[in-house]
This record gives sequence, structure tokens and C-alpha cells, in this order.
Amino acid sequence: MAHSFGRILSSKRNVGILSLIGAGSVTAGFLLKREHVSAGAGVRRVYPASAEYPDLRKHNNCMASHLTPAIYAKLVDKATPNGYTLDEAIQTGVDNPGHPFIKTVGMVAGDEESYQVFADLLNPVIKERHNGYDPETMTHPTDLDSSKLTSGQFDDRYVLSSRVRTGRSIRGLSLPPACTRAERREVERVVVDALAGLKEDLAGKYYSLTNMTDQEQQQLIDDHFLFDKPVSPLLTCSGMARDWPDARGIWHNNTKTFLVWINEEDHTRVISMEKGGNMKRVFDRFCTGLKEVERLIQEKGWEFMWNERLGYILTCPSNLGTGLRAGVHVKLPRLSKDPRFSKILDNLRLQKRGTGGVDTAAVGSTFDISNLDRLGQSEVQLVQTVVDGVNYLIECEKKLEKGQDIKIPAPYRK
Amino acid sequence: MAKNVHNDYKMKFSVDEEYPDLSLHNNHMAKVLTKEMYAKLRSKSTPSGFTLDDCIQTGVDNPGHPFIMTVGCVAGDEESYEVFKDMFDPIISDRHSGYKPTDKHVTDLNFENLKGGDDLDPAYVLSSRVRTGRSIKGYTLPPHNSRAERRMVEKLSIEALATLDGEFKGKYYPLNGMTDAEQDQLINDHFLFDKPVSPLLLAAGMARDWPDARGIWHNDAKSFLVWVNEEDHLRVISMEKGGNMKEVFRRFCVGLNKIEEVFKKHNHGFMWNEHLGFVLTCPSNLGTGLRGGVHVKLPKLSTHAKFEEILTRLRLQKRGTGGVDTASVGGIFDISNADRLGSSEVNQVQLVVDGVKLMVEMEKKLEKGESIDAIIPAQK
Repeated sequence: MAHSFGRILSSKRNVGILSLIGAGSVTAGFLLKREHVSAGAGVRRVYPASAEYPDLRKHNNCMASHLTPAIYAKLVDKATPNGYTLDEAIQTGVDNPGHPFIKTVGMVAGDEESYQVFADLLNPVIKERHNGYDPETMTHPTDLDSSKLTSGQFDDRYVLSSRVRTGRSIRGLSLPPACTRAERREVERVVVDALAGLKEDLAGKYYSLTNMTDQEQQQLIDDHFLFDKPVSPLLTCSGMARDWPDARGIWHNNTKTFLVWINEEDHTRVISMEKGGNMKRVFDRFCTGLKEVERLIQEKGWEFMWNERLGYILTCPSNLGTGLRAGVHVKLPRLSKDPRFSKILDNLRLQKRGTGGVDTAAVGSTFDISNLDRLGQSEVQLVQTVVDGVNYLIECEKKLEKGQDIKIPAPYRK
Repeated sequence: MAKNVHNDYKMKFSVDEEYPDLSLHNNHMAKVLTKEMYAKLRSKSTPSGFTLDDCIQTGVDNPGHPFIMTVGCVAGDEESYEVFKDMFDPIISDRHSGYKPTDKHVTDLNFENLKGGDDLDPAYVLSSRVRTGRSIKGYTLPPHNSRAERRMVEKLSIEALATLDGEFKGKYYPLNGMTDAEQDQLINDHFLFDKPVSPLLLAAGMARDWPDARGIWHNDAKSFLVWVNEEDHLRVISMEKGGNMKEVFRRFCVGLNKIEEVFKKHNHGFMWNEHLGFVLTCPSNLGTGLRGGVHVKLPKLSTHAKFEEILTRLRLQKRGTGGVDTASVGGIFDISNADRLGSSEVNQVQLVVDGVKLMVEMEKKLEKGESIDAIIPAQK
């Protein structure tokens, strides 16, 4: 077992403990600890919640939809044991009113405990974002047994590449919006240490963003692996880009089919990918790799943040549950022009993106097609949804090629 | 409120683990903040909860430019300059030409002490402007303030400005409520400020909750302007076309004094002390917080080999006509005072007035093909 971090970890095993800090006790703490300052220096005024409540009239995000003045008043004086507050959690949603068409989440978690301390706000947000999933009453299934996947080989004439990604957080360390430099560096150490234990087709190498050579950097760019400092205000406003590029890096296996991002939007993002349509193999490697990394960190006394209500705990509430996005780049020149395309995707519980990822446009009718859902269904279920859905889309495309008509499938039932 | 809880949590990690990696950095903070200093200061917090890491975040996130030396830290409240004195004092000294912790700063807003300034040739001097900042005592600064505090600053500012009359009678335009027509007009007048895009400012947290409690006030004559809750609580600007810096400075002083009187009456004076002068968010603006300058046509002088040297000796700096970090267009430069702390408002504007007058003379000589060597000044 490790060092000082080990002790902090064991004291945090009881994740259910909340630290409810009222304004009075915090003020007392200030008075006891404050250094002497020149006479006449003002003490920070404590305003009523109503004076602090954000102006959300022009906002269209999940946080704004659910943060009533009453909930704000109830939660504003609370903090997680590490000191993370409601105002910090919602800052990104206050600063980014949202798009009239796209409803962003509008808040993040600073640590595992945020999901409990701010449950009065997070639960309705989660419910809205995840189609009615109720963290108070429901349980989330985790299933990384990839052998259950059927028909996971796509027609390579249509599917150019296949990819599955998720995120994992290291229990006991704060999340990117709130982590200190020491915590972030510890995440890097723990994960890099574990990845060094991967063998055979998973064996690979770590490239720290602060230390890579120009040559390594160019290679990573050419491979489309390199991630850069976030520019999206959704991310920067939540504090995730602090201290960039300290303790950030990329690990990938020698065959470049398994990739881990460290300390970007989450502690880790894990990606399995390859050219072509062999989603089965991509998912096999994904599950094997994840389980192996988990085993390796457990050997050192660490574990992933997970609970049976929310599944895997990640920074953004939209990634709870599986945190999984399984997708393909697929050519659908005829289907994408059919007016029924969106409806077909909806019913298949799929979403389309451009080939640059979220917020990009499609190039030449090649689309990124992936699962919409994250929470409430298992990894196996979601990847199966993508497999079945993409197979259906390809069938539609082939029908349209032959001049045949297509059908909108029935809405997906679990 | 839980900021101290978070700082206490952070204290569990060692100095080595928390100390930022400043190896690629080139800003004042990085030059000064050794691991030992970090160790000494990191447990401290101002009464409002601002910590060392809060001060330096902008400097950690923005390593700086190889040529331009940014400050790399901000204050979150008046007490920051005291609690983190060990770091701020050497930065202030470096940035403000050796200003010592024991030095006293003189404030002089008596416009009658300015000599001349009403005869800058308008064929060369296109516009004249003086700006400064003010912070309202008892409220934390833009990197740290809560929404309620920021709204109080706005409320107090609106009340104070509403009492002004005569040449200072004007109107407030909140950023979050102006009509399209008002917005267009403010843009055309070059008055409208927008959400900061500079990572130097964003990383310091000044743009939080935009545009809540931000706004612009200006007098009917459009010659006196106040920005509320941008980079400082207040930015006060006096300006007009042409070269009558004397008048611009008069209006600046009179307007500022009137505003200060109103704030004092309501028991909210400006943050000021005899060592640092006016206390503002960025250490570079301490003292007078004053930038007095002109837009002036110097196409020949600006290409002269000694242009930079002349500016340095005159204690002036050049910028493009878009302000800091912009390039000059058509030989027109923004020329302003380089100093802020250690000399008074009158001193600094005097340097601008005298220096610009001299440079216009030089430009005219160069136009006639004459040498300017005889009138190159000694170091001021």
C-alpha cells in the first residue's frame, strides 16, 4: 500500500459521509485561522442565498431547468469533505447559457461526494439527461462480458472504423474541476504505473504532455491521438484546464488500438479502436483492457469510483453509468439524405455526429454514429444497440442503392 | 465559503507535490515564486478565503511570452497584497522600477498642477484619453467576488453615478439589458466592452457569471465613461478627439473626485493606502492605475532607429491603436505613460504631455529632412 495517499483513501472509504458545513462554523474557522492583517480590513460579507442566486433567465441547460431558488438556498452553504461547493459545480452552466437547440448539462462534479452532497440538484438533472433514470430508486447494471455481443462484424465497404470509449475515475482523488496539482499528479502516477503492467497486445508506452519530443508529438498528431488543451468554454469554465499541461498525457499500446488519455476531462478516458468494421474485436479489447487496468490498480490498493446507483462516476453527469460511447464512421450517402434519417436514428437510440466528434459536421456523407444512452443499460446492452442499429442503417443504405424502399424501425425497447 | 476547507485539504499534500511546474514560464510570478516561498505562503488565506494558488493560477496557466513579461498573478481582495506580501513585494519591485516595500506613493489628482497639455497639434494628435481603475473598499475583487458582491458593486456604482450632473450627467447601460439599438450605438462609439477573451483574464476567474452585474455608464457628451465590473470594480475613462490633454485630465480629475465623494458618503471609499496607492486587481495597475495616452501620427519617427530609445527615456510606451497587444495601423500609435506606481497622476500625465509634444516636434523635423539628434532627451 502506498504513502500519504493511502491514508487519505482509507479515510474516504465511507463515501456516504457528508460534511455539511453551515456558514457559522466556517466563519468560526476563518477567525481561528486568519493571519493578522491591517486594521480596517473587511471580512467577506455573507449574503443571503437570494442575493447570490444566478440569473438563469436566458439559460437553456439541465442545471438551469432544475436549479430553483429553493434548491439553491438549500445547497449553497454545503460543501463536500474536500471543500467543493455548489457554486463551483454550476459555474460552467451559469457561464454558458446554452444553445437554443442543444441542451447541455450545465454542471459538473468536483469529486465523488458531489453526487451525494448536491443530490437535490444532480438527481433531477440526471433524470432529465438520462431519460427518466432515477438514482434514488434504480440500479445501474455493469456488464463488461464482451463474449455476449452478437453480430459485431460490420460490412467494411460501409464502416470505415469502429471505436468504443469510456472514462474511469480513481476513487479517493478529486475530479478534474476540483483536483489539486498533487491529486492530478497522483492520478497520473497511479494510472501510468498500472498501464506499465499491461502485456502482449496491450503492452504500450506513456507520453507525458509536458515531456514529449517534437517527433513524438508529430507522430501522435498524425495518428490522431494527441489531445490538446480544451478550448470549449463548457470545459474551461469548470476549471478542468488549470495548470495545463501538468500531469496530462497519452498512453497507447504498440499496435495503436488501445489508448488512454490521462487528466483531460476525466481522470482517464479509455479508447479501443481500429480501422474497419470489427466492433466485436474492438469491444473484446476494450473489456479485457479495462478489467486488466482495474486489476492492476487494485493490486496497489486503489479502485475505480463506482456505485450501484450511478455506475461509474465521472466528471460530467452525462457520462454516468457506463460512460460509454461506442461508434463507427460509416458511409451513408443515400440514407443521410433521406428525410426519415433522423427518425430512424432516434428509434434506434443512436446519434449522429460529424467525423471530428461532438459539435462537428459530417464530411462527404461519412457519419459518426454512436449510442445515445449511457446510464441504465449495461456496456454489453449499449454496444449491442449500436451493432444492431448500424447493421440496420447499412441495410437501409443497401436497399436505397437498389431502389428499394426502407422502413422506419419500431422505437427501441430494452 | 468552503475555500478554507479546500485549502486545509490541500495542506495534506506535500509542498513538492503541490508546487507548480514553472520551468517553461516567463512571468513575474514565476521569477519570484520559489518552492520555499510557496511552502511558506500556501497555508495562508485572506479573511475572504483567497489563497496563494488562487493568486497565481493565471500565471501557472499562462507561461508567458518570450518577449513580453506578464505579471502572472492577481489579487482577490485588498488583503491579498498583505497576506501574500512575500510574493507581491518583489513582483511589485520588479514591475515598478525597484519600488521598495517601504516606499510611499503620492496621489495627486489636482488637475491645476498640470502644465500645458492644451496645445498638442491636432494634425498629429488624433485623440487623447486618460483611464484608471478604482476598487470599492469592503468588497472582494473580480477574480474572487461572489455574484451578490458583484451586484452590490454595480448597485453602488449606479447610485453614485446617478447623482452626477452638469457635464457629468449621464446614463447606465447594463450589459444584460441593453436594447439592440443601444448596443449598436455603444459599439459605434467604441465604448462597449465585451466578455474578456484573453486567457490571462479568464484563467483568473474574472469572467465568471458574465454578463451579470456588468455595464457601461457614460455622460451625455460621451467624454466620460465608466466600466463596471470588467477587470476591476470600476474603470474610469476620460477622452475626446484631438490633442487637448489638459481638458481631458481636468474632466478626469473632477469626475473621479465627484464619484469618490459620493462613495465615501455612503461609507464605501476606494481601496487606497499610502504604500500602494489605489489597490486594483492586477499588480501592474497599482499606484495611480493611470494610463494617459494619445493616438498620434508618427510615421517617420516610428521608423527611426532611436524610436524605442526615445520612448524609454521619456518613460513612455507604445501600443497599436487597438490597445494592448495590437499593432500600429498607418503609422498611428497609442503612446502612453509606462509608470503607474511611485509617481503621481499629475507626474505621469505631465510626462505624456511633454513627451508627445517633443515627439511631434521630432516628426515635423524628420518631415523637413532635418536631424533630431540635438533634441533627443536625457533619461527622465
